[in-house]
Amino acid sequence: MYWICSKSMATQELQINESLAHLKTESESLKTKLEEERAKLHDVELHQVAEKVEGLGQFVMKTRRTLKGHGNKVLCMDWCKDKRRIVSSSQDGKVIVWDAFTTNKEHAVTMPCTWVMACAYAPSGCAVACGGLDNKCSVYPLSLDKNENLAAKKKSVAMHTNYLSACSFTNSDMQILTSSGDGTCALWDVESGQLLQSFHGHAADVLCLDLAPSETGNTFVSGGCDKKANVWDMRSGQCIQSFETHESDINSVRYYPSGDAFASGSDDATCRLYDLRADREVAIYSKESIIFGVSSVDFSLSGRLLFGGYNDYTINVWDVLKGTRVSILFGHENRVSTLRVSPDGTAFCTGSWDHTLRVSSSFSFSLFSVISLSPEVLLTHCVFFFFFFLQIWA
Amino acid sequence: MTINTLLVKEGCPQEQMACFRKMEKVIVAMQDPDMGMKMRNQRLLITVIPHAMTGHDIITWLIQKYCISEEEALHLGNLLVKYGYIYPLKEPRSLVLRRDESPYRFQTPYFWTSTQWPATELDYAIYLAKKNIRKQGELMEYEKERYSLLHKRINHTWDFVVMQAREQLRASKQRRKADRIVLECQEQAYWLINRPAVTCQRALGRNRVKSSNCLEGFLKHSEQYQNHDPIMQGCLPSNPWISDDAAHWTMNADVVPVPTRLRVERWSFSFMELLSDTMGRKEFMTYLEKEFSAENLCFWQACEEIRHGENSRISEKVNEIYKNFLAPGAARWVNIDSKTMYKTLEGIKRPHRFVMDDAQMHIYFLMKKDSYPRYLKSDLYKNMLAKAIVPQETKKSVFPFMRRQRHSSPSPAQAATQATEEDGRVKEAGQIAEIVSAQQRIRAVRKTL
Repeated sequence: MYWICSKSMATQELQINESLAHLKTESESLKTKLEEERAKLHDVELHQVAEKVEGLGQFVMKTRRTLKGHGNKVLCMDWCKDKRRIVSSSQDGKVIVWDAFTTNKEHAVTMPCTWVMACAYAPSGCAVACGGLDNKCSVYPLSLDKNENLAAKKKSVAMHTNYLSACSFTNSDMQILTSSGDGTCALWDVESGQLLQSFHGHAADVLCLDLAPSETGNTFVSGGCDKKANVWDMRSGQCIQSFETHESDINSVRYYPSGDAFASGSDDATCRLYDLRADREVAIYSKESIIFGVSSVDFSLSGRLLFGGYNDYTINVWDVLKGTRVSILFGHENRVSTLRVSPDGTAFCTGSWDHTLRVSSSFSFSLFSVISLSPEVLLTHCVFFFFFFLQIWA
Repeated sequence: MTINTLLVKEGCPQEQMACFRKMEKVIVAMQDPDMGMKMRNQRLLITVIPHAMTGHDIITWLIQKYCISEEEALHLGNLLVKYGYIYPLKEPRSLVLRRDESPYRFQTPYFWTSTQWPATELDYAIYLAKKNIRKQGELMEYEKERYSLLHKRINHTWDFVVMQAREQLRASKQRRKADRIVLECQEQAYWLINRPAVTCQRALGRNRVKSSNCLEGFLKHSEQYQNHDPIMQGCLPSNPWISDDAAHWTMNADVVPVPTRLRVERWSFSFMELLSDTMGRKEFMTYLEKEFSAENLCFWQACEEIRHGENSRISEKVNEIYKNFLAPGAARWVNIDSKTMYKTLEGIKRPHRFVMDDAQMHIYFLMKKDSYPRYLKSDLYKNMLAKAIVPQETKKSVFPFMRRQRHSSPSPAQAATQATEEDGRVKEAGQIAEIVSAQQRIRAVRKTL
C-alpha cells in the first residue's frame, strides 16, 4: 500500500515538475512575444530624433552650500515646497530639518532606530515622515515651540514586515506611499494609520518609488532588487506596466516632468529612460569609465538634464536627449546616497556617506557680466587690488 | 461571483476553474446518451437545427436529476446559460433560460470558457471584421464602438485581421448551411460572454505609440521649458543659491501683487500648470465667475479634497458635494451627462474615496477643452501677461568677494498655523453672511405675499 502511495506521489511530483517547467517555458515565450510586440513600433532612437537639437556645452557645476551636522552617513533627503528647506536622515537615527539657504538647523528628531533610510517633507511644510530599520513610517508634526520634544507628537502610520526603503506624501498631508524590503508598496491614511491599498508584484526588495505628475494623479513607479521597474495604478492596486532591462538592482526611479516617461538608476552603473506610451526603454546613459552604481537620479526642471549620484563619490550630469554627459561634479568624500533637484529647479541637493549634504548649482560666470560692470565699480576694483598688492610688498 | 468578475479578472483564477469543472460535469451528464436529455431537431425559420432542446426540457431534467425545486432548477439553468455552456437559438443576445418551448443548444467544448485561452483582442477583432464583411450594418452599437476602438488600438495588424476574416468567411461558405448556422451561433454565443473588456489592459494587446511620436514629445517639452530651467539658463533677478539674494523667491511667492512674466507664460503651457499655481488658479476662478461657470472649478477642487483627504471625512465631504453641486435644484449645480450623473448618484449611496472620479474627470476635461483655451485668449489673461514684470538681473556687488547676508524666512509650519486661524475666521464670516442673505431673501418673499 505504502509503495503504491509513494509511486503515485512520485508521479504527482513528476507531473508538478513537468507543469512547472511547462509554465516556465510558457512565460519565457510570452516575454519574448511581449518584446517583439514592443519592438514592432520602435522605428527610431532618441538620439537620432535629437540630432536636430542644439547640443549643450560643457556645464560647470559648483557646490554652493555644505550642510554639516549629521554624525553618520546621510541616507535620504527631501525638499520642502518653499524651495529652501530640506529634511535629511542618517544612519545614526537623526532626522534634521534645515533651512539650506542659511544652513541653519531648524528641527532635529532622534529616531528610536538606526539606519533611517527614508524621509519625506509634507506638502504643507508642517510635518516630516521618516522610517527605516524599524519597519515603520512615522510622521512628526513640526512644532515651532523650540522646547517641545518632536518625538512626543510622533504618529506611527505605516507598518511593514521588513525595512522601509522609501516614502512619499501624495498630493496632501493625509496620505503616504511607502515601499519596503518586504517586496511590497503600500498607501496609508495618515490620520488613522489605515492601509488603503497594497501593491504586490515585485519578487524582491522594493528600493524606490516616485509619484506621477499626471492630471489624474493616479499612478506611481517603483524599482526593486528584482531589476524590475513597475508602474502601478493607485486605485486598483494593479501593476499596469513593467520594465526589466537593467542588469542589477534599481536604486532610484524618477518621473520625467511631463509624466510620460521615467528614469531609473541602478547598480549596473547605468541610468535608463523608459517611455510609458511607447512602453519601452528609449535611452541608456552610461560610459565605460563609469564603473560604480547609481544611487539616485533626478531631472532638472525642463527635463533636459538628468543628474545621477554615484557610488564612486561623483555626480554625473547627462543630456537626456542626446545621451551624452555634460558635467561631472566632485566634492563628496564618500558615496553619494541621495540626490534631489529643488522644486523650482534652482539647485540640487546631494547627501553622502561622508556625513554632509551639499547644495549645488551651475556656475554662472560670464565675461559679459564683467564687461557690463559700470566704470565706477571697475575703478574701485583696481584701487582695491592696488592697495592689496602694496600691502603684500610692504 | 458574477459575470462581471469573470470579465474583469485576467485569466481564470483557481476558484473559478473549480466552478467551471462542476458546471462541465452537469453539462456532460446532460449529454449522456442514456440518462441525458432528449434532443430533437428544432426549426429555426426554414432551417432545421439538429441536437437542440427546449428550455422546458432542461428544467425538467434538472429537477429530476438533482431533486430540486423548479425555482432552483431555473436558477441553475440560468447560470449555465450565462457562462456560455448552453446558448439560446432565438434571441441569442438574451442570455436567459426560459421555461417554454424556446430552443437551446450545447456549446461545443472548444468554446468553453475554461478551455479557451483568455480571449485576445485579435480574435475578437477578426470576429467583428467577419460580421462586418458578411453584412454591413449588422454590428450592434457596442460592437461598433469596440470595432473602431480595436481599429485604433491594433492598427498595425489590421491588414492581418481583415485577411483572416475573409479567409474564415470563405472557408465557412464551403460548409453545409445547417453546420454554418450552428457554428455562427456558437461563435456568437462565445463572444457575447467572453468579449475582452475594454478596461482590461493585457500586455500583449496593449495600446502602444510609435517611438517617433513619443520621442518628439521629449524634444518639444525640453524646448518649451528651456527658458524656465534655472540650472540651464539662469534665472532673474538671480539664482538665490549663487547670489545669496532671495529676491527670486519673494517675486515668485504664492501670492504676489504682480507675477513675473515667465510665471504667467507657464500658465499657457498646459491646464495642469495653470491649476497647480495658486495664483493661476485664482485668476482662472475670476475668469470663470465672469462666465458664470465657476461652479465647475469649485466642484473639481472639492473632489480633489475627497481624493487626498482623510478617510474619516469622506462621507461628510461627499454629502457636502451632493448638496452643493449634484442635488436637483442645488445652488451650484454642475452640468454632467446623464450617464455619469446616474453612476455617481448610485455610488454616493456607498461613499468611498473614488466615488466622484468619473464626474470629476468629466468636469476637468470640460474645463480643459472649453474654458481653458478661451481663458488664454481672454483680455484677463492678456492684461496679466502685459502687466507681468521681467525682473532686472542683479548687478554684481561692488566687492564680489564679500558675501551678502543670507536672510532667513518664516517657516511654512508657522505660516500654516496662521492661515488655519485666518481660515476659521473667514469661514465664520462666510456663515454669518449666508445667514444674513437668507434672512434678506425671506423678508423679500414675505413682502411679495
